[in-house]
Amino acid sequence: MTLESPPDDVTLYRQMLRIRRFEEKVLASFSSGIFYGTTHTYIGQEADAVGVLACHEEGDIVVSNHRCHGHFLAYGGSMHALAAELMGRATGVTGGRGGSQHVQWKDFYANGILGGTVPLAVGMALAEKSLNTGRVVFAFMGDGTLGEGVVYESLNMASLWSLPVLFVLENNRYAQTTPIQLHLAGEISDRFQAFAIPVAEAETVDVIEVFKLAQEAVVKVRTGEGPQALVLHTYRYGPHSKGDDTRDPEEVLKYRKRDPLQLQANRIDPDLCKRVEVEVETEVDEAFQRAQNDPLADPASLTLPLDPTP
Amino acid sequence: MNVLQALNGSLHACMAESERVYFLGEDILDPYGGAFKVAQGLSTAYPDRVITTPVSEAGIVGLGIGMALRGLNVVVEIMFGDFIALAADQIINHAAKLRWMSEDKVRIPLVIRTPMGGGRGYGPTHSQTLEKHFLGVPGLRVLAVTTIDDPGSLLKHAILEDNDPILFIEHKLLYTKALQPLNETSEFNLEKSGERYPVYRLKVAGSPPPTLTITAYGYMAELACQALQRLAFEYEVFADLVVPTQISPFDHHLLLESLAHTNRLLTVEEGSHTHGWGAEVLARVVEALGPRLQAKRVAALDMPIPTSGPLEKTVIPDVEGIIQAAREMIS
Repeated sequence: MTLESPPDDVTLYRQMLRIRRFEEKVLASFSSGIFYGTTHTYIGQEADAVGVLACHEEGDIVVSNHRCHGHFLAYGGSMHALAAELMGRATGVTGGRGGSQHVQWKDFYANGILGGTVPLAVGMALAEKSLNTGRVVFAFMGDGTLGEGVVYESLNMASLWSLPVLFVLENNRYAQTTPIQLHLAGEISDRFQAFAIPVAEAETVDVIEVFKLAQEAVVKVRTGEGPQALVLHTYRYGPHSKGDDTRDPEEVLKYRKRDPLQLQANRIDPDLCKRVEVEVETEVDEAFQRAQNDPLADPASLTLPLDPTP
Repeated sequence: MNVLQALNGSLHACMAESERVYFLGEDILDPYGGAFKVAQGLSTAYPDRVITTPVSEAGIVGLGIGMALRGLNVVVEIMFGDFIALAADQIINHAAKLRWMSEDKVRIPLVIRTPMGGGRGYGPTHSQTLEKHFLGVPGLRVLAVTTIDDPGSLLKHAILEDNDPILFIEHKLLYTKALQPLNETSEFNLEKSGERYPVYRLKVAGSPPPTLTITAYGYMAELACQALQRLAFEYEVFADLVVPTQISPFDHHLLLESLAHTNRLLTVEEGSHTHGWGAEVLARVVEALGPRLQAKRVAALDMPIPTSGPLEKTVIPDVEGIIQAAREMIS
């Protein structure tokens, strides 16, 4: 299996910008009361989802978490369906049942329990290996996830049985409001290496660098070398959720200066860049507008989760 | 044949019938075959589909969910029912919800088997009856084995015919008990409902119309059968016994049919008394029948299960306790 060149610069930029503008619109619209529940935005981390999932092939599985919008859009999920889901519309990804952090579509699975999805990802990898499908599982986690014990049970089994899973650890340096130095001992990479899972690690917001690292790791996973881990040190520009930001504004500003979108925009002709901006903004506006015009989820659509007396 | 043989035979039959059946658990490889030997022979017959795991209850239930999501029929053995608490998040927040959250686009054909119950002196963390904490979880089915009819077919239906997550409760003391096949028992008249996971209604053969309804599941149903006979022959108290195999979601139609005649209900469970299975059963029948119902609960005392024999016997319900409660209701 040979390494392939990354998607073209404009495609990568457009994909990151779709996430950025979508999330900005979500944050900006929250106070207007059009959403149900809460949200966890991905602004600042776009290079991770786009770079990693550019290595994804049809049929591969993506397991995400509470901060799933970026993963979902990069996976190919519908922007309109995601907006509609946040607004509790019948046309939402899960018809208004799941909301922001419980998204399931095709081979994409997200759930709102931190770390709880990691054994699911490993189980899916075990199934795909057993069925010899050649599919790869992409399991996204954050630094906060590393506090959950079931993660380590999962890493152990993934390595023990040499399963086709890529663990993508996005270290955005905060578990909700708690900085990493207050919640994590030791090194992140050591956690994977303790289970003999090879780690590629980068302090980067460069989508092409992420892509290259991810591709090398995915090729290893796909060719049967067992699980691999990608540790990506990043930063989220927005709050954990909506208004819960207690970070030093100076610190946020420092990271904003190394913006993954700006970095990628610098590789593109400025006129083309502007055109992409306009197109994406139009796409986002239309997705939100259409979602707002969609009918609210109908209580009559509610069904029991299983047949009570089969 | 006993319950252990029935369950073991059923697992062999399921794995033979479908290559999509996988079995995960701790210490399940031959020659050991699991702490209670229910997995005996499986790893020899199906080495690729029987996977011995680390001691990671949350992890292996989560793996089972992931495998089931991708279309396999997965059986996970949890060595002692007490350890199910470690997997509670996986069961409640993942297995039970994912189908519904996806608007039925994904299914989870997963059976989590585990032995519950006391009577063997294993003490506070290896003798509990914890299934009450999993009753009423939307999206989760809880089944309990008895000696009545065919526990093997109950397990087979759960593994091969059900596409939803199931917590499958096997009381430790039942493993060595002989089965009571439906057509061969002369001691009881037996009626069976038509669902996939049936409800049984028993009364002592040839007895007059019952004046009391007892309901129990699992090993307590076994004790209730003994109590039924002694109540009839020693005290001339005649009772109906209603035994569900599916304890959640709970269907009470056979219970109501019986209560229409008796208006007296005694619930028997091995879980601790407060907020137990019996409380929900009573609430349901009171809602259906109104104040004419007379009711009583027999359950374990509200304390951990002690190890020492005389202490353990004091905490867990026994046949004498069931008989005494029944007689108090009749007198």
